[in-house]
Amino acid sequence: MSLSATQAPPSRGAPHRHAQPKRHRFSTRLARIDLKYSPYLYIAPFFVLFAIFGFYPMVWTLWMSLHDWDLVGAHTFIGLDNYTALIKDEYFWNAVRNTFGMFFLATIPQLLLALFLANLLNRPLLRMRTFFRMAIFVPNVVSVAAVAIVFGMLFQRDFGVINWGLDLVGISPIDWRQERWSSWTAISVMVDWRWTGYNTLILLAGMQAIPRDLYEAAAIDGAGPWRQFWTVTLPMLRPTFIFVVILSTIGGLQLFVEPLIFNNGNILGGTQREFQTVQMYMFEKSIHNLSTAGYGAAVAWALFLMIVIVSVLNFLITRRSVK
Amino acid sequence: MSVSTRRRFAAVALASVAVLAVAACGDDDNSGSNTGQKPDKLVVDTFGEAGYDDLVKQYEQQSGIKIELRKVAQLNEFRPRIVRALATGKGAADVIMLEEGILNELKSNPANWVDLAPLVGDKSKDYLSWKYELGKAPDGRLMGLPTDVGSLGICYRSDLFKAAGLPTERDKVGALWPTWEQFIQTGKDYKAKTGKAFVDSSTMAVNAVMFQQNGADLFYDKENNVIADKSPAVKAAWDQAVALADAGITAKITTWSPEWSAGFKQGTFAVTSCPSWMLGIVESNSGPENAGKWDLAAVPGGSGNWGGSWLGVPNQSKHHAEAAKLIEFLTNAQGQVAAFKKSGPLPTNLKALEDPAFTSYTNKYFSDAPTGKIFGDSVLKIVPTYMGPKHQAVKENALEPALRAYEKGEASKAKAWEQFTKDAATQGAF
Repeated sequence: MSLSATQAPPSRGAPHRHAQPKRHRFSTRLARIDLKYSPYLYIAPFFVLFAIFGFYPMVWTLWMSLHDWDLVGAHTFIGLDNYTALIKDEYFWNAVRNTFGMFFLATIPQLLLALFLANLLNRPLLRMRTFFRMAIFVPNVVSVAAVAIVFGMLFQRDFGVINWGLDLVGISPIDWRQERWSSWTAISVMVDWRWTGYNTLILLAGMQAIPRDLYEAAAIDGAGPWRQFWTVTLPMLRPTFIFVVILSTIGGLQLFVEPLIFNNGNILGGTQREFQTVQMYMFEKSIHNLSTAGYGAAVAWALFLMIVIVSVLNFLITRRSVK
Repeated sequence: MSVSTRRRFAAVALASVAVLAVAACGDDDNSGSNTGQKPDKLVVDTFGEAGYDDLVKQYEQQSGIKIELRKVAQLNEFRPRIVRALATGKGAADVIMLEEGILNELKSNPANWVDLAPLVGDKSKDYLSWKYELGKAPDGRLMGLPTDVGSLGICYRSDLFKAAGLPTERDKVGALWPTWEQFIQTGKDYKAKTGKAFVDSSTMAVNAVMFQQNGADLFYDKENNVIADKSPAVKAAWDQAVALADAGITAKITTWSPEWSAGFKQGTFAVTSCPSWMLGIVESNSGPENAGKWDLAAVPGGSGNWGGSWLGVPNQSKHHAEAAKLIEFLTNAQGQVAAFKKSGPLPTNLKALEDPAFTSYTNKYFSDAPTGKIFGDSVLKIVPTYMGPKHQAVKENALEPALRAYEKGEASKAKAWEQFTKDAATQGAF
């Protein structure tokens, strides 16, 4: 900063030494601004994007849900009428029941299996570890639509492989789309096929972070592999496990593509809505029906609230129980 | 299937759910405006197989306007595209094919559509009059010119009929079932002989019977009140479907499902309901190895209608007059005959229906059945029937699921009826 040398000589009465502190003051202020506000600038891209693609649509949906909203026509403000209708709507509660049913049916075995597999993959003596770790993630890379189509074929009534196998062992064929239990089972199998490996890898990463010397100490104290798993791995894995549970919750409650394609794109989810999820019901009311988009928006907000509540509950429960 | 696919979609329909076509949903930046100056390009949106490929090339040559034909296989992928364009005010084509269910639904907001009447002049004498009238919105504007209708025949497998000791010659087959009772009796004979199901599903009777009621109102009255629970015509269709289920001659297969597509090849059923546009679907599902096994006979009760479309111009288009000219070209007599020969949509243009090229047309795959004559005869028997705004939604999301629930033994007759009437009342409302 030797600019002052090239500047015009200072006019009379303007002491030269003043310029220096002024500049100095300016740069310290810059530094302070830098220190104070730069971090915000660095994280801004996420928040700007979230505001545009996350927050704004949410608010807009809330606005829609207060209207009788025709997607290609008029919009009339009706306040909370959509929500009062929602509470009385048996199809909505049916969808809630299906969503939670399939969520539990799919998620509990899936997390137990993921924990088991992660523990296996975490064994130091395992050969070809990298291969197995990569292989277990493959189902997640496959497009969900492709998975749903293939499984839909497997679970077909007339020419499905599963029924053919049942027939071999003397069980009569099942119409998988007809009953609640059978359709839930088939859809849960699809979900688990896709997500078990994904959760396994996250849990494995959590296990890798557990200090080895804890295991060594446990081994010296005479703890076998099981005992080590219970007393070392599980408690140390708690934060990761909570994370996995919450992720599965958010995903599970938004179940949509699998049940949709399972029944050949039928938005009702079975002849009597045996496996229609909340997400499907939202789609039915807003996109499929056009004239009830406001009601669909109310369903979307109800789903959002449900996920928030369940995630908080999950957090509280898992924090307490995984000890 | 509820996500309405009521037209020909390829046997690979399911695959197309996965492999979503890269939809050109961008904004077509057409230069020019509605000042009547010539546009460089017109965009046409169709679903299924409308048979316009060659016609569009011909029009390009004679008009010097480039035509972009955007085809979508399935109606359930097509509908959201129209809805999106209307809801956002952007991205609609200049000419859009409107299937009857969609047209009825969109009639409640006719302002989105150009009134074609002043642009094309009086065409009311050119088409089947009821079909032309259906193209009008409640405010009187002409939303679309007619393309095709889905008048019904019955597709049957002559080889399976032969094995069951039934006649195979199409006139004799048609003579087996002037009435639905006789149709069911034939089905029982077939099942007794072969042990196999006769028809694909109990819902196959619905489209025919609803339109064999001398034009009586169906799910809606003329004021658009839901009357599904007390309409005699609906009850008749319901009872007929229930009778089919009770006779035990159905394969209990949902139309459009993979089981249904596979059933054509496997001979799971010997008979299905066939509008003209269905012939291509039967052919693609059955495969070349079954050529000459299918044939076409008259439908019990003589007529019926399933599907059909119009062509309209959305207000968003910047070339109303030019788009209307193109619609005129595609729906005139020569246009409709050419489309029929290419893909099977049945003409609604009166001159096309008299054209020898149409009346003498035979379908090679269907044992050379004179499809032009068979469908041409039945189309004249269709009695126009009023369809309310959510007619299709009620049919596919209320009536058919309830019938299937009964057919599969999930619900009693009374419970199924209750489910249907409740769902009928809540389509498009809550």
